[in-house]
Amino acid sequence: MTEALIFSLTVGISVGLAAGYLGSLMVLEKMALVGDALSHVALPGLALGVLYGFDPFFGAFAFLFASAIIIWQLGRITKLSFETLVGAVFTLSLAIGILIIPEPELFEALFGDITTVSLMYTVIAVVVSIVAIFLTRSIYNGIVLGMISEELAISKGIKVARMNLLYLLLVSMAVAIGIKITGTLLVGFLVVTPAAAAKTISSNLRRYSLLSSIFGGVSAFSGVLLSSFLNPQYAGPLVVLAGITIFFVAVLIKWTNPSAS
Amino acid sequence: MEDLDDYILRVSNLSVTIQDQMILDDISFQVKKGTTLAIVGPNGAGKTMLFRALLNLVPYSGSIEWRGKIKTGYVPQNLSAGDVPISVKEFLSLKNVSNIEDSLTAVGLDSQNVVDKRLGVLSGGQLRRVLIAWAIIDKPDVLLFDEPTTGVDLDSEESIYRMLRDLSKKYEITMIIISHNVHIVTEYSDYMLALNRCMNFFGESKEIKDPDLQTIIYGETVCKHGSSPTGD
Repeated sequence: MTEALIFSLTVGISVGLAAGYLGSLMVLEKMALVGDALSHVALPGLALGVLYGFDPFFGAFAFLFASAIIIWQLGRITKLSFETLVGAVFTLSLAIGILIIPEPELFEALFGDITTVSLMYTVIAVVVSIVAIFLTRSIYNGIVLGMISEELAISKGIKVARMNLLYLLLVSMAVAIGIKITGTLLVGFLVVTPAAAAKTISSNLRRYSLLSSIFGGVSAFSGVLLSSFLNPQYAGPLVVLAGITIFFVAVLIKWTNPSAS
Repeated sequence: MEDLDDYILRVSNLSVTIQDQMILDDISFQVKKGTTLAIVGPNGAGKTMLFRALLNLVPYSGSIEWRGKIKTGYVPQNLSAGDVPISVKEFLSLKNVSNIEDSLTAVGLDSQNVVDKRLGVLSGGQLRRVLIAWAIIDKPDVLLFDEPTTGVDLDSEESIYRMLRDLSKKYEITMIIISHNVHIVTEYSDYMLALNRCMNFFGESKEIKDPDLQTIIYGETVCKHGSSPTGD
């Protein structure tokens, strides 16, 4: 096993666990497409990194952070749903990103490249994932209560809007580090599909969030591992295939045993 | 002379205006400690808005004085839990308390059967009971309950109100209840506030006799500022 493979497997599993856990809230909030579209926002940031010679990861990070704050503020002003705002605003980023990114780097940005994962990147990815998981854990119950009844949450003194902002920022972090593995086009998958599979076979939150996280980790790990046998450039698509397999197994379990949960 | 300490809430000349529309107009009432106040009125009368004002969730004019440091519990009319995979136990534990089983027993739910059920699959009556358990679990001084019998079949409505009355006595909770069922709350409340944006009636529930009800709830209002009742 090469060093690069160990690095990318480590990044894959940590990003997968974090994105799966964060995604469990996103799917409940019916914001699945937000995770997907948010990932496209990273593209202009990646492009600037490539053009001006700094690590594209930081460019992606900055753009995702800024966009999360803009979308949150627009939501507060217009009262439009996040999903609508994302549809309206974020495809613009994809368009701008494609226009300014040099063509040779475009494929890597869109579909990821695990062969360039360094030790430094691996350490950052693991730390960011751990921080994201712990911070999400601290706001998880508040967000769920806000989802069930915003009034109930507010009457309990929970700052729903502030929690949503922190949550969006955490999603941005997970998406930014996941881009290396799956690319901007496919990273939204890591947020959505593991949670969708987990929700199919869960009747309580504990099981749901745990399964969602595990499914994310397993998808990313097995996709990256498979790509090392086939072609490292296929890591992103293979992660998606692994995750979709888990999703269909969950659907099959539910189909054959409707009370499974 | 009445002892001022008896009152847990005093509302004077309360008005709420949202986007230039008068939702509540010059409402004044008091709530005595340990009593149950029922708030009745047609749809759009401003009942839920009154709760929001009492909970300080909307801007208002006039004064709302809660006595000292009191703990307020609130139960909204609707939850959107249908899609969330959360068990009854997990829902109640969002309150960070340990006596979940005791509260479920207090509202007449066999805790063993219900505790692991998904919140979204409960019947209307079970959900209301879980919400009551949620409300009393951290022993509030005052409980604001928006329509305690939403989604409950007619036969069970009275048992829910009876339970609320018993719990109010047992835990010494002052109750403020919004209800559409004026006949039931006449029996299960001590005081009644009839709203139709302005105040139609405030007084002891036992003062109200059946023939008066229609006039009290839907009758002509005398809004000071000329806002018209909706009555829709």
